[in-house]
Amino acid sequence: MDSYVDISEAMVVEPISLVDWLIVVPVAVPLLFGALLLVFRKAPQTQAIGAVIGLSLVFAAEIGLLMRVLAEGPFSLTMGGWLPPFGISLVADALGVTLALTATLVALVCALYGVRDIDASGRRYGFYTFLMLLMAGVGGAFLTGDVFNLYVWFEVFLISAFGLIVLGSEARQLDGAVKYAVLNLIATTLFLIGTGLIYGSFGTLSMADIARKAPEVREVAPLATIAVIYFIAFGMKAAAFPLHFWLPASYHTPRIVVAALFGGILTKIGVYALLRTLMMLFPPERDMISDLIGWVAVATMMFGVIGALAQSDIRRLLGWIVVSGIGVMLAGLALGSQTGLSGTVLYAIHSMLVMTALYILAGVMRGLGSSYNLHEAGGLYRSHPALAAIALILVLAAAGLPPASGLWPKVYLVKASLDEGVWWLALGILASGLLTTLALGRVFALAFWRSRPEGVAALEAPVGQPVAGYALLGILLIPILGIGLYPEPVIQLTDMAAQGLLEPSGFIEAVFPEEAAVPDVPAGEVETEEVAE
Amino acid sequence: MNTVIFRTAAPYIAALMVIFSIFVLLRGHNEPGGGFIGGLMGASAFAIYGIACGVSSVRRALYLHPMTWSAIGLFLGAAAGVMSVFFGVPFLTGLWAPPEIFGIEVELSSILLFDIGVYLVVLGAITSIALALEEREED
Repeated sequence: MDSYVDISEAMVVEPISLVDWLIVVPVAVPLLFGALLLVFRKAPQTQAIGAVIGLSLVFAAEIGLLMRVLAEGPFSLTMGGWLPPFGISLVADALGVTLALTATLVALVCALYGVRDIDASGRRYGFYTFLMLLMAGVGGAFLTGDVFNLYVWFEVFLISAFGLIVLGSEARQLDGAVKYAVLNLIATTLFLIGTGLIYGSFGTLSMADIARKAPEVREVAPLATIAVIYFIAFGMKAAAFPLHFWLPASYHTPRIVVAALFGGILTKIGVYALLRTLMMLFPPERDMISDLIGWVAVATMMFGVIGALAQSDIRRLLGWIVVSGIGVMLAGLALGSQTGLSGTVLYAIHSMLVMTALYILAGVMRGLGSSYNLHEAGGLYRSHPALAAIALILVLAAAGLPPASGLWPKVYLVKASLDEGVWWLALGILASGLLTTLALGRVFALAFWRSRPEGVAALEAPVGQPVAGYALLGILLIPILGIGLYPEPVIQLTDMAAQGLLEPSGFIEAVFPEEAAVPDVPAGEVETEEVAE
Repeated sequence: MNTVIFRTAAPYIAALMVIFSIFVLLRGHNEPGGGFIGGLMGASAFAIYGIACGVSSVRRALYLHPMTWSAIGLFLGAAAGVMSVFFGVPFLTGLWAPPEIFGIEVELSSILLFDIGVYLVVLGAITSIALALEEREED
């Protein structure tokens, strides 16, 4: 016989259980459903059904993933069966799975809201196809264990996002899309340059491999440069000061459900990537720039919320609130402590839920004949008291007041800042919370409390209660109030996520199970062994 | 672009290019080539056909909308990865079923299916863009 090839040197040979396949679902199922929805785009009634089924499958799989991560810690599946670091892994850990699960819940709510909000032509132009492909990118970004694949998944959801933002082809949408696309492409290019530097320095792109090799490579490689490039690139994508101008310039242009999706999910992926790279891969380099991150965080919070105070269009105002929230999340990254990171992850979850809910609330208000323009809004409290109650809870949540979910992450972040003695960061978080209360309180006072302004047509009779809108907001209110009133389980989860970032051994062992036993074997030795066989 | 020579030759050139693009697609398994470059060649064939004989005849020739073709390709690509679930191997692992046809081993594999998916995605997407641009010129 000709030469023996010992396949176990290159490939995973043990059979893979079906449970491992759960990790593929958030990537593969949205792609498959996205393709199917594109084929059937001429049949608008199939679109929403397909998207909801697909996203429900993903949601179920992510619950399964979360259970498994809670029970057994992080685990990975390497594509194509090639052994890592050459095979590309998907890795599920507490951080990625929690955020992916929240994002899918948000997307599911948006898909349901789209049933009413997106007309047949919007569906023919591919709203649901883009939604599914966007979620494939989001799921992939949260679960990938490879830096270059992180880049690819960013591209996947960005291109879908371009499609969603121009849905409707109005002039101002194109204007918003150009700003969004150009600035995001610059950030993407920076990201790619940083990734090239990583490959040049490490000879690997697997996150677990980078994390374990970083201590040896640190002497010779430009790791600080890479960390700064990543900070700029992801900071831009997350809309951190001073590179946040694209967000308020574009998020008010698409349809409200698209804005809800973007405001809820997309910027948080930037924050996630910052956590993953700066905290897990390059912690000493992050220490070096932690003061800078802290000042960027405070500036983002304050500029965001001051921008919100200056707006009179609800959608623009919410865009600025999203920016301000990014600042709060960066605070935890600046601190880099267990409590701070836990607060950041909790804030990311909270922000996904609350920002989507606020945009959908704006959509429901608009649907009732109110206006996005605060000068023309009013009288909703009298005609729709239930909506006013929901709005009040959401305002409290976004401002960080009890009984809703915004309180606990801010408590954690303020505590973490004071523990570290960074009083100005704590002050920034508290001040931005106060100003957020003012900005959103103004929306509540103008749109709900006051009576209809003179010269503006009265609202329709209160018979038209938007039951579907209430139901969707209710779905989001359950976790928002749940986190607010009984935060322990979620805090346990975010503590685990923060722990995983500070101590990535679980992540590394998930990709390299033999890590503890076998150090790197040079390729030459492997071959001699085979000859001996 | 409406010379008699071009209009007469274009269908033959386009047909040759499509055949060659499929050849490049299949060759790409072990040698330079593959779905992406094959798809680009196929798309340029349809673009030339469209310039010579009009967009509507290309649409007729394609039978399905180019976007639908790329959706089918995306589905095939993803399905080629998911197939490995039935064999207890990770996502996207290559599966092989080489039947002998007339004494020649035909290397059927999930990798080929994936490559065909890539071919259709590229073909559909680029043709879709090209036809949209050509239509714009005709107005």
